[in-house]
Amino acid sequence: MKSIQSTGLSAINSIAAFGRAGLFLIQVVLHRPKSFSGAMSLLIKQIYSVGVLSLVIIIVSGLFIGMVLGLQGYTILAKFGSEQAVGQLLALTLLRELGPVVTALLFAGRACSALTAEIGLMKATEQLSSLEMMGVDPYRRIIAPRFIAGLICLPILCIIFSAVGILGGEFVAVSWLQIHGGSFWSLMQQSVYFSTDVVNGVIKAFCFAIATTWIAVFQGYECEPTSEGIGKATTRTVVLGSLSILALDFILTAAMIGDF
Amino acid sequence: MKSKQLELMVGLFVVLGFAALAYLAIQVSGLSGASSKDVYQIQARFDDIGGLTQRAKVSIAGVTVGEVDSIVLDKELYMALVTFNIYADVQNIPIDSSLAILTNGLLGEKYVGVSIGAEEEYLIQGGELYDTQSALVLENLISQFLFESTQGD
Repeated sequence: MKSIQSTGLSAINSIAAFGRAGLFLIQVVLHRPKSFSGAMSLLIKQIYSVGVLSLVIIIVSGLFIGMVLGLQGYTILAKFGSEQAVGQLLALTLLRELGPVVTALLFAGRACSALTAEIGLMKATEQLSSLEMMGVDPYRRIIAPRFIAGLICLPILCIIFSAVGILGGEFVAVSWLQIHGGSFWSLMQQSVYFSTDVVNGVIKAFCFAIATTWIAVFQGYECEPTSEGIGKATTRTVVLGSLSILALDFILTAAMIGDF
Repeated sequence: MKSKQLELMVGLFVVLGFAALAYLAIQVSGLSGASSKDVYQIQARFDDIGGLTQRAKVSIAGVTVGEVDSIVLDKELYMALVTFNIYADVQNIPIDSSLAILTNGLLGEKYVGVSIGAEEEYLIQGGELYDTQSALVLENLISQFLFESTQGD
């Protein structure tokens, strides 16, 4: 009896959390900035901490993932005598799947966890409520700039990741393993379509950005105002963010590739 | 000063993003690489194009001189009507040249090879080549081989 009751309680709680998260998102979107230049300066500060500071991890991991893909693709394709196709493999894997997904996972770990911790600490030290006391809207001042900065940064980071990965793969395949550069690029260009592959990757990254940043700011705003609560909220951000990225990736891929 | 530096870094970040997008567009998906070249179009009808796709190469003596623009079905003749974009600097393809659909290696991509004819007259925009050779379909080849080997008994 008790276990059924606790199941019911947790079900009600999680549905209520979904509802609160939805209301929270509407609040964030509806609170328009009072002045454009003030909002821009807040936004630029957040883009710097969310995007520019994530650049190093994105570039380094993109480079190594591209190089590993080039190496693995070469050893397998060389068995079939079609090692020129490594360019095609590299570009399609990076643009369609690995670029958006790995970037979003790294972003959830690197930037979103920091967002949650920051907002959670503001709540724990009662900065949010004192802002409200001063008549400053915390949604407009704190939450919205961080949310929008995430939406802007993740697609850009994803594009940079894919480009760097392809450069890294080219370095391994063409400069090191001596695949003919012309057929490497021409096979790649023949199989990659800008309007589907590149644009779909960016759309994917944008959807992941909405999901992870929303989770991050909501968890920060909702967290228990204790040091333990902040830790739990940060963990939840990374776990829920990563899971939602992978689940969304399946849905988006099915919608983009499948015509069924 | 601090805020200016911040803005500079964000600006660099955005510029880097656009540069990467341009790189993906031009180098990786070859957006402008093909369209910037001047081309003229010719046509040919094939009995069977096998696995020929759009943007497949057209080559003379192994050198790429153009690509497949579109493939549609000629509804009257039940043949594949293939339109090619040939680079404008290759103007001297004789009108009696023949086309064959070939495969690059055993598992490689399909491409179109041009065998040069003997006429003095050259192809122009909208011209058509009539001497075409279909793609080799492996199943047909095998069934032909089996048929011939059973006939011998």
